[in-house]
Amino acid sequence: MLSRVADSIYWLNRYIERAENVARFIDVNLHLMLDLPVGMTEQWQPLVYTTGDLELFQNRYGKLNAENVIQFLTFDWDYPHSIISCLQRARENARSIREIISSEMWEEVNDFYLMVKEASSGKPLDALPKFFTQVRMSSHRFAGVMDATMTHNEGWHFGQVGRLLERADKTTRILDVKYFFLLPSAEWVGTPLDQIQWIALLKSASAYEMYRKCQHRITPSSVAEFLILNRQFPRSIHFCLWQAEQCLHEITSTPVGTWCNGAERSLGRLCAQLGYLTIDDIIQSGLHEFLDQMQSSINEVGNQIYATFLALDNC
Amino acid sequence: MQLEAYDPEDFYDELFLAKGQPRSHSASLIKWMQNLGIEQLQQHQQTAQIALFKLGVTFNVYSDARGVERIFPFDIIPRIISAQEWQKLERGLKQRIAALNLFLGDIYGEQQILKDGKIPAEVIYSAPGFLKPCLGIKPPTGVWCHITGTDLVRDRDGQWYVLEDNLRVPSGVSYVLENRRVMKSTFPDIFQTMLVKPIDDYPSHLLESLLNLAPPYLPNPTVVVLTPGIYNSAYYEHSFLAQQMGVELVEGRDLVVVDGYLQMRTTKGLHRVDVVYRRVDDDFLDPVVFRPDSLLGVPGLMEVYQQGRVALANAPGTGVADDKVVYAYVPEMIRYYLGEEPILSNVPTYLCWQEKDRDYVLKNLDSLVVKSANESGGYGMLVGSTATEAECQQFAQRILANPRNYIAQPILSLSRVPTLIDDRIEGRHVDLRPYIIHRGEEIYVHPGGLTRVALKKGSLVVNSSQGGGSKDTWVLTSEAATSKPTNNQSQS
Repeated sequence: MLSRVADSIYWLNRYIERAENVARFIDVNLHLMLDLPVGMTEQWQPLVYTTGDLELFQNRYGKLNAENVIQFLTFDWDYPHSIISCLQRARENARSIREIISSEMWEEVNDFYLMVKEASSGKPLDALPKFFTQVRMSSHRFAGVMDATMTHNEGWHFGQVGRLLERADKTTRILDVKYFFLLPSAEWVGTPLDQIQWIALLKSASAYEMYRKCQHRITPSSVAEFLILNRQFPRSIHFCLWQAEQCLHEITSTPVGTWCNGAERSLGRLCAQLGYLTIDDIIQSGLHEFLDQMQSSINEVGNQIYATFLALDNC
Repeated sequence: MQLEAYDPEDFYDELFLAKGQPRSHSASLIKWMQNLGIEQLQQHQQTAQIALFKLGVTFNVYSDARGVERIFPFDIIPRIISAQEWQKLERGLKQRIAALNLFLGDIYGEQQILKDGKIPAEVIYSAPGFLKPCLGIKPPTGVWCHITGTDLVRDRDGQWYVLEDNLRVPSGVSYVLENRRVMKSTFPDIFQTMLVKPIDDYPSHLLESLLNLAPPYLPNPTVVVLTPGIYNSAYYEHSFLAQQMGVELVEGRDLVVVDGYLQMRTTKGLHRVDVVYRRVDDDFLDPVVFRPDSLLGVPGLMEVYQQGRVALANAPGTGVADDKVVYAYVPEMIRYYLGEEPILSNVPTYLCWQEKDRDYVLKNLDSLVVKSANESGGYGMLVGSTATEAECQQFAQRILANPRNYIAQPILSLSRVPTLIDDRIEGRHVDLRPYIIHRGEEIYVHPGGLTRVALKKGSLVVNSSQGGGSKDTWVLTSEAATSKPTNNQSQS
């Protein structure tokens, strides 16, 4: 298949998944805020912090408040990772490969884009939770339609790899929100408020119910374990990377466990590493540091995929 | 319903002979529409528009910043061409395309027609579409203009004229196919009674002719459609045709010349390309030979083409015959190459580079259409009857400054077809663009073509960029040609 086409389907899926996860971030923060004890000031900084674009935000908006942060992350045409920008780029990519994807997929992307675009013209703050739910559902619908209407061929696998890498990356960032969200003081760790915050975080990753089924008690380390190492939960980092690895090997026909290019090697190594880690190892080396490391490893996998399959000038 | 009172007025009407009196070939359609009633028609029109929008049959408008696509307005009342009339058009088009193709081969080869003085050499050399790098090229199967979209119009007296030949990269065929698809699902029953020629096989004809261009020893040649990209106004069509033919849709950046062959970049490395149906203009095809700033083409493509290692459809250089001054010589070409009289007429054309014609044009600007020789899409023209004094003067200046670049023609009174305008049925002017595929040993004319309609009252400009719409075009089969199938035998 054409490299450009593979590139477009890969990014189509990444952008849709990214839009979904930005909605999840904001959602977790909105919920955390509602549960704050009276007198505590709202914290919007963690949200921008986890995106890695704090400086850009401060240059453009200055004040860190709900309105600015939500505008920045949701409806800012000039911020490339806002929900609306993601959708616009997803749609451009879809349009350039319309003869490759199913028409149902195109319709989903188009409707999704139009929905966000319409919402961008003045949403009151209290209508937002509903809007973020719509964004999440639209993303799920797209994934479902793609799964059910497109041949599971090379292109489809490139799309999956894009979606799964993006999801793994964003799960690390959702976990990081909690790291940056400051409790009034260290003594609050383990209190009901702390509990409530972890629950909100699980809910934002659609993980609360699934977590309860296998862990019962909510402790920071088992929540982290669930979202990082669980082999069955579809938003856990390990699950996403392992699935992405399967897809990558479908594309190249190399057996899993071996490699013939940089992409397979970097992803295989990362999966093997996750497969033999325990949560205690992670906590010992520092959760935030681990997540940081994870983000750059996932980026490296992305770079390798680009260099191996997609770069137009590599041939 | 209003159809009984429909008045063709002082125009040739494609469906009506006179007020309230349908032509014989359209009688059953008119009767059927009368039974349907105007509200039903309106509803069907709406359903059809929605269907087209959902299919994404859209075009881009260049001036629109956020790249919004629009649908090409569609009118539900079809235009009908009788079997007999179509036969004549078909013969005329075949003749014209045959002559034009011979002309292109000659002009880039021996140039016999210039030597024999039938066309002044300076007319050819001054045409921007005449490409020196194409001199001496012998394209596979001897075909230059593989796909042509000739623009035809009909004057007040019913006489057909060729307005333009469009030998470069004519667009619009996707609307023809999609319009028909929508019409068939909206009005299935009328198609059974009217014996309309089917048109769905265009992509097969196109693919067949493209495959023919590959060297015969290749068992499985690779054909691609080359598009300028998603911002091109006809992108939908490029993607549609690639999909319908089951071939790759590529952009210039997907292609590269390596080892003397044209190759495309795939996830599994380079893959050789044998035939390119290119929808990129000549000037942009190869920055090494043509416009150096072009990012749409492929550096080195022309050299591969000159070596005969890739086929291009249409061949570069066909634009010379789209020059409106060269157009004026097509009847001469038909006589010269085929020894026949033209079946289809040209619109009488005044060439401003000739002093006598120029004087006439300048004196009669108010009754002529003046056109720039190398623009299309309804741009760069003056309709004298509706232009202001100042506009006329401005055009006169332009003509005097560059007479080679201007031609003038009498204002034709284009034929009309009843058209649904809100809740009324009114006559609107139309043209017709049939698509012709030249396959080397034979020429195929696709039945019907694109009927474009000027939706603005009284307007003669049918271009999509200027508020035009489209209609389905029905070519009827002659009764004699349809034989009844033999019934199954049953127990007696």
